[in-house]
Amino acid sequence: MLSHLYMIPLLPLLGAAYLILAGRRHSRSVVQAIAILTVFASCVISLDAFFFGLPPVVHAGGISELVYAWFSGGSVNVDLSLRMDALSGLMCLVVTFIGTLIHVYSVGYMAHDEDYARFFAYLNLFCGAMLILVLGDSLPVAFIGWEGVGLASYLLIGFWYKEQANASAGKKAFIVNRIGDFGFLIGMFLLFRATGTLDIPAILGSAHPGSGLAAPLWLGQPVAFWAGVFLFLGAAGKSAQIPLYVWLPDAMAGPTPVSALIHAATMVTAGVYLVARMSAIYMLAPAALAIVAVVGAFTALFAALIGFAQNDFKKVLAYSTVSQLGFMFVGVGTGNFAGGIFHLFTHAFFKAGLFLCAGSVMHAMSGSGDITKMGGLAKRLPWTTRVFQICWLAICGVPIFSGFFSKDAILDGAFATEVYGHGLGWVGPLVGAILLVAALGTAFYMSRLYFLVFSGACRADEQTQHHIHESPISMVFPLVVLAAGALLAGFAGIPPAIRALFGKHGESTLAVWLAPAVGAPLEVAHRSEWMTMGFSTVIALAGIGLGYLFFGGGYRAPAHAFARKVPRLVSLVRDKFRIDELYGAIIVRPLQILCRYLFLIVDRVLIDKILIGGWAFAADLGGRICRFLQAGDVQRYLAAFVIGLAVLVWFAARPAAPQEVQVAVEGHVARVTLVDPEAASGNLKYSFDFDGDGTPDREGTSPTALWLYGGPARYTVDITIEDIRWHTRRTLKREIEVGP
Amino acid sequence: MTSLAITTLLPLVAGAVALLLPGKSPRLLRWYGIAVALVTFAQSLCVLAAFEPGQAGFQMEVNWAWVPALGIRFHLGVDGISLWLLMLTTLMMVVTLLSPQATGFVRDRNRGFVAAMLMLESGMIGAFLALDLFAFYVFWELMLVPMYFIIGIWGGERRVYAAIKFMIFTLVGSLLMLAAILFMAVAVHGLVGGWTFDYATWSRLMLPEGTQLLCFGAFALSFLIKVPLFPLHTWLPDAHVEAPTGGSVILAAVLLKLGAYGFLRFALPFFPLAAHQTAPLVAWLAVAGIVYGALMAYAQDDIKKLVAYSSVSHLGFVVLGILTFTAAGVQGGMYQMLAHGISTGGLFLAVGILYERRHTRKLTDFGGLWARTPVFAACFLVIVLASAGLPGLCGFVGEFLVLIGTFNAGKAWREAGMAPAFAHPALMAAISATAVILAAVYLLTMFQKVMLGPLDKPENRDEHVRDLSWTERIVFGIVVVFALGMGLMPGPILSRSEASVDALLENYRGRLAEARGKPEAPARMTAPGGAGRPADMRPTWRGPRGGME
Repeated sequence: MLSHLYMIPLLPLLGAAYLILAGRRHSRSVVQAIAILTVFASCVISLDAFFFGLPPVVHAGGISELVYAWFSGGSVNVDLSLRMDALSGLMCLVVTFIGTLIHVYSVGYMAHDEDYARFFAYLNLFCGAMLILVLGDSLPVAFIGWEGVGLASYLLIGFWYKEQANASAGKKAFIVNRIGDFGFLIGMFLLFRATGTLDIPAILGSAHPGSGLAAPLWLGQPVAFWAGVFLFLGAAGKSAQIPLYVWLPDAMAGPTPVSALIHAATMVTAGVYLVARMSAIYMLAPAALAIVAVVGAFTALFAALIGFAQNDFKKVLAYSTVSQLGFMFVGVGTGNFAGGIFHLFTHAFFKAGLFLCAGSVMHAMSGSGDITKMGGLAKRLPWTTRVFQICWLAICGVPIFSGFFSKDAILDGAFATEVYGHGLGWVGPLVGAILLVAALGTAFYMSRLYFLVFSGACRADEQTQHHIHESPISMVFPLVVLAAGALLAGFAGIPPAIRALFGKHGESTLAVWLAPAVGAPLEVAHRSEWMTMGFSTVIALAGIGLGYLFFGGGYRAPAHAFARKVPRLVSLVRDKFRIDELYGAIIVRPLQILCRYLFLIVDRVLIDKILIGGWAFAADLGGRICRFLQAGDVQRYLAAFVIGLAVLVWFAARPAAPQEVQVAVEGHVARVTLVDPEAASGNLKYSFDFDGDGTPDREGTSPTALWLYGGPARYTVDITIEDIRWHTRRTLKREIEVGP
Repeated sequence: MTSLAITTLLPLVAGAVALLLPGKSPRLLRWYGIAVALVTFAQSLCVLAAFEPGQAGFQMEVNWAWVPALGIRFHLGVDGISLWLLMLTTLMMVVTLLSPQATGFVRDRNRGFVAAMLMLESGMIGAFLALDLFAFYVFWELMLVPMYFIIGIWGGERRVYAAIKFMIFTLVGSLLMLAAILFMAVAVHGLVGGWTFDYATWSRLMLPEGTQLLCFGAFALSFLIKVPLFPLHTWLPDAHVEAPTGGSVILAAVLLKLGAYGFLRFALPFFPLAAHQTAPLVAWLAVAGIVYGALMAYAQDDIKKLVAYSSVSHLGFVVLGILTFTAAGVQGGMYQMLAHGISTGGLFLAVGILYERRHTRKLTDFGGLWARTPVFAACFLVIVLASAGLPGLCGFVGEFLVLIGTFNAGKAWREAGMAPAFAHPALMAAISATAVILAAVYLLTMFQKVMLGPLDKPENRDEHVRDLSWTERIVFGIVVVFALGMGLMPGPILSRSEASVDALLENYRGRLAEARGKPEAPARMTAPGGAGRPADMRPTWRGPRGGME
């Protein structure tokens, strides 16, 4: 082995750092050399580790490497450690190999851009982050890459930031991804709670029935289910699945090499990778797998439908990516992890090829991507056309092209899967059937795209037509390599049924490689394999035939007739079922309004005005009263004086309290005597209420009174002393205990 | 050793000296301030170098008699928690004084500004290091006064309103705290038979539950206003918006931390029973603040107000982390304080640059500045992302630890017997985690409105809108390096605070168990609110050697 694993992500990251800091001071050739060589070096190191390491990753269970302890708090320990096994190694190869090609392509594509260094810096940043994502051996480390690729994606979508729309598209991508990241975080927390660790191998190692992961958590489902569902929310964000797919079509605002690398071949497949990586968790929770499969299947179909009516070259490809990612999720969601990863692998080649062809075409068409204004480009762009044809046939699933094998692996797995057990057995055939329809749709819209762009007569204006030219060699070379990949990548995963024809037994090479990481593939009877192959071939050819019928050589009569017949449907599909508008109306606008009014009502009125203002008001009121009384106005002073005097007099004129209250009880007779010197003056009237009925029982100027009680008890006597001159009074109470 | 005393008092003395310097020379004053801040920073580096990691207790203590008759001592000490807050304070003071925008637009009266900033530094350092409650209170109030003047003199248009609002909010809390301190001093006097304001002594005291609730209320109110915790936060946006850049930076980066620090250092150890009883309520308020602050930030069109509200959200994490009573949560809360100091301090510096260049803070007045100021835009982006908690930058580590600590606090809470029906830490963590989404929403919206899009407003094309000068590059360079370094290498920081955090939590749990496990005892301290309470909450005094292990 040449060197350490950490070199693989570090080299592109160093390249990015250097280009950001000093890139503007260097010539274009230096910039591109730094960018390409760092990624290429990573590619070489990955290849070396994968095939020739000691031990080679592909044969051993994998190698891991602790870089340093990242952070820890209490029982939470996060090591920055990397691990390459067959799964992450394969991803590394895809990322660095296609990354290198796209770097080379960008040399030509971005040749006239003034921010050359910035572009390559971001591209390198992306590669580095993506490599951390796949190599990260601990969930938070993978999360660095996970968010890092999101950042790179944000920066590259908004690369031409002077257009507000591009900047908004970048922001949208980041925010929608963050919704997914929320799921990733919660999933991580759940796994940590159940296993006490964040290291991926340790988590997977403890995933067995009877462990904490299988313990029920909520709604009767185990921890593994909820962790799986939340992680899938993260995956759906990154990999553009329903309901979080909306950012990917907008992401086409970025330069085309970006769309090819990030938004087709690598980053968007990270969700599929995550599910495959955590396969052991999902195997504990078949219901979570079913959710993955069903969401994938519906996304595959839905996005294919939208692809029917898009008129922007890259938008068609974007929806196609969403749809193909759905295929991959059906693969991993039916427990056929190797199948899903296989499709990820082949898709990386043909979809990157398709996008780069789009770039080449748009380069030729003066930057326009409107396919209604194209046509007949086959004659003018021979290399691009050949490459596009190969990739087109691959994505349609025509036999011997790579997409045929990988799509087949997914369909086989879907129809034959047994992971769901009782109750959910219908999921496999259902998603398989949906995929067949989606595959028909794929063949149709890709053929539409091909025929509208390359066949027939050119519909562009004179000036544009005049400029059409084949791309420079730096752009054509990667195209050719990718076409070769689109043609040959499928041979890594030839199904056992075909292998049997050549006298070989057992699973395909790729499935054998991946088995230690994701488990052995499902055995499928050769007969049913042949059946699926036959079916999907027919479907692919039917889709292409339909496409030719409608669009062969340009818009044909059936296409016009269809558009006339159901114009509403066509415009609805063209408007992407107006999902963006729906989200705007039910999420974005309400959030904005909520924030605005919360601010006005709670912060401004409730807290500041009422809560805080209330105290201020009370203090202010007190101040005002005092100020009013002390304003220096003689009349006010006089009034206050008079009122005060009256109060004083009233108090002074109250009868004085008696010196003593004597209570004597003899038998049932109580005698109350008030010792009061004032009594002699005759100005005071005494009333005694012995029985508590409110009316005086004894009244007069005598301070003594007698009362005969009915029986032994505790009584209260109310005494009132009234000054008959001022009518002021004083009241007293005394308790009287009458014994038996 | 007296290095702590020098660190604490040097800026105060230097601030007083600044008032004697000739006021006519702003350059001299500025460099004087920077030099003092640098020396203080160097001094704190010495403290860092001398600090022994792995030790839980206080180190390098300074313990001088101050008012012997009342047992008041000038007692300072540093542990793993205050160490980093000390470093943050001295570092941010260098950064702030170095920033050419620190004083806002008031170019004269530099003398007063430098003096106020230096005295403020002393107040903050002293409050972080004080181990005597009286000294703590003095430093606590010492920082209030310079800040009041910084807002009131060098602030914006509504500076007087903001300064008074700041003063009243803070005073309400701190006067209540003073009352509680005096009350406790009397109680301690009754128990140990002499006057003392010593932290260690006080934190070994177990007051009756009712008394604890009262005093905790006073302490907590004071600290939580400072943090600020929802719904006590409304002074913050006003203070921030009106304060000059330097004031905003220090306010956000350091001053607010004193609230959380005080809560952790004083309110929890002094009143474990009360803290324990009210924790779910306060935690829910923190969660509410996390989400509410984020929503409010999104509603703002004043960029400074947006950043101020983001502080409310971020500091909610700190309080939440502390209240998990788990090592992960408290370490996370501590780290979040530091990270927030760097990232939000950086954001306010950036706002200062924008305001100086464009004389406006309205988001809609900007747009497309990236083309004019690429270096600034790059720095701004790094700071924005650090604030949004991107992993690999400083904001992530703290938030992650707090969230995972909270998510798993259920067990710790139940074991401590703290499980009212509405205490559901996993749910709290999940709700708080939505701030991850919201932070991206408001921060990236802000970044887009300022930096991206077409450069279509003529004022933004003006030649005043220039990229960073060399001084500014140094300022932002420091911030960016720390944002990255603290994101990638949190180890050295967390490992030095670990022992102190563990000891604090251990002590807290131990005292709680002790208070609960005590059988009914006849002795009862008659204090207001304490009468009639269950007798098992009686005050205990275990001598100077017990209770801290």
